[in-house]
Amino acid sequence: QKVSVEVLDHLEHLALVDFRDLEGVERLQKAIQFADQLHEVNTDGVEPMDSVLEDRCLYLREDDVTEGNCTKELMENAREKVEEYFVAPPGNIPLLKLEERETFLPGS
Amino acid sequence: AALKDGLRSQVSAALKEGRVTPTELCRRCLALIKSTKFLNAYITVAEETALKQAEESEERYKRGQPLGILDGIPISVKDNFNTAGIETTCASNMLKGYISPYNATVVQKLLDQGAVLLGKTNLDEFAMGSGSTDGVFGPVRNPWSYSKQYKEKSVLKSHSEDEESDWVITGGSSGGSAAAVSSFTCFAALGSDTGGSTRNPAAHCGVVGLKPTYGLISRHGLIPLVNSMDVPGILTRCVDDAAVLLGSLAGHDPKDSTTVQDDFKPFELPNLTDVSKLSIGIPKEYHAPGLSSEILALWSKAADLFKNAGAKVVEVSLPHTRYSIVCYHVLCTAEVASNMARFDGLEYGHRSDMKDSTESMYAATRREGFNDVVRGRILSGNYFLLKQNYEKYFVKAQKVRRLIANDFVKVFRSGVDILLTPTTLSDAAPYTEFIQEDNRTRSAQDDILTQAANMAGLPAINVPTALSERGLPVGLQFIGRSFQEKQLLSVAKWFEKQVQFPVIQLEEVKRHDKGVFQHQKSASFS
Repeated sequence: QKVSVEVLDHLEHLALVDFRDLEGVERLQKAIQFADQLHEVNTDGVEPMDSVLEDRCLYLREDDVTEGNCTKELMENAREKVEEYFVAPPGNIPLLKLEERETFLPGS
Repeated sequence: AALKDGLRSQVSAALKEGRVTPTELCRRCLALIKSTKFLNAYITVAEETALKQAEESEERYKRGQPLGILDGIPISVKDNFNTAGIETTCASNMLKGYISPYNATVVQKLLDQGAVLLGKTNLDEFAMGSGSTDGVFGPVRNPWSYSKQYKEKSVLKSHSEDEESDWVITGGSSGGSAAAVSSFTCFAALGSDTGGSTRNPAAHCGVVGLKPTYGLISRHGLIPLVNSMDVPGILTRCVDDAAVLLGSLAGHDPKDSTTVQDDFKPFELPNLTDVSKLSIGIPKEYHAPGLSSEILALWSKAADLFKNAGAKVVEVSLPHTRYSIVCYHVLCTAEVASNMARFDGLEYGHRSDMKDSTESMYAATRREGFNDVVRGRILSGNYFLLKQNYEKYFVKAQKVRRLIANDFVKVFRSGVDILLTPTTLSDAAPYTEFIQEDNRTRSAQDDILTQAANMAGLPAINVPTALSERGLPVGLQFIGRSFQEKQLLSVAKWFEKQVQFPVIQLEEVKRHDKGVFQHQKSASFS
């Protein structure tokens, strides 16, 4: 079954990247089809594996400051900044709804 | 010293004895990079800093105090490792112009040993791909396309125009690194390996490609693709050199909590003469659909080689092999969706001019910065991570991952020491043929033999074995037990000695740099 326009739109919002064209959507459809092969495998009683190092303890180092004071270097790569602040456009403005924005996805 | 000498046996000795100086070596490599520019292996050549490092190395040699075997040795690094003061692009518009403020741990380690960093090599955008064809700086050309061996075998339709379009890919995604090592512009290169990205191009370019055990080498500073599978990869011209590099890079890093705390001791590889105590496993599922008959024959021949030398060669089964690529597809895209979220234009990298809102700026930046492949994986990953899909896809894939890892555990527990498999399904494809299929399809096809080792975190190495009928390199892969790199490399070194893989005879380059190729001998230096 095909992915609905609502889900496609939802994905564009979550990922903040666009499908751009029909090919992009097709790509997703094929990816899902490909992934569906997983369901052929019997995984009853199998625990999910997060990491191959699961049998070891995660290393935690002492909470000592060993480096830092590199504000200048870190700011160098930002395009928009003011003193030691990264400047962002106004927040709390949601992306335009499907019907309102320029997208090739048909409006619902 | 010829540019194609092995590190340990020849170049290091030559540097120590003053037969060649670090600056001479550096200059020759830089000149060769210029004359092989058509390969497009390098994105950035750090000429000034390299010469400076070479000069410093020379001073140390003059004082009789070299830092070690890597002092003065020219190396290159894949462009997804951070290198302080040098642009790091990941072959993406998203990071064009990004000058790293720090060195990745592996880069720092190499520099601390006096290695000379020549430049950053080309790759598929953000290491996503198996051809090194999908980066913004264009595809990398396999140096073997310009070899006497390939040209002799290729059917020339009409002359010069077809010669241009005849070239073959390097494989990927560390194609630039593989091409750099293969064309003698450096002695070793760093790549990365998530699904086979070091071993695949190593096989196609006729070089040694080592994927270390997950957790052995620090990933700090390696721009992540899949945190649970990524490892820095090592590309060299012989197995001994790979051991040298491994020795200088492995070990716990406080900056990477996924590196194990075990003590790591650098080792020198023994000259194995007796393999009769070894048990070599031949996983039958690696006789994958699409495996060329040539490679199948080579694989069989290799198995016989071990058998005739007295080793125990057994057929084994890794039943979930064919699901590894599907599992990878889900886990990779999911982790990618998360890892790529950091690219929003705010703190580094490309930033769109869009100013209406934070979200629209992020969206526009990412729309402008990422190519189709990257965007495709992000969207797929997000799909698999949706609440309604999480159990069905992501968790399911994690369960399948455990089954794949367990397959290996069972086989190794049964007494097998090393697995022997092909690395790729065929020799390198011509570029024009390769791009007929999309990235995901290609990756799915090409990663099939290399991916499972990443899934299970095991060490694996490609050893160049022979030339195909088309005159192109074919390699075979050895997979070892976790953290048993010494055994893995010892066996690989023995095998390398047996097969005597031929040295590439680069035609085009000969015109520009006659002095380089003085001795045409076998590439086996152990």
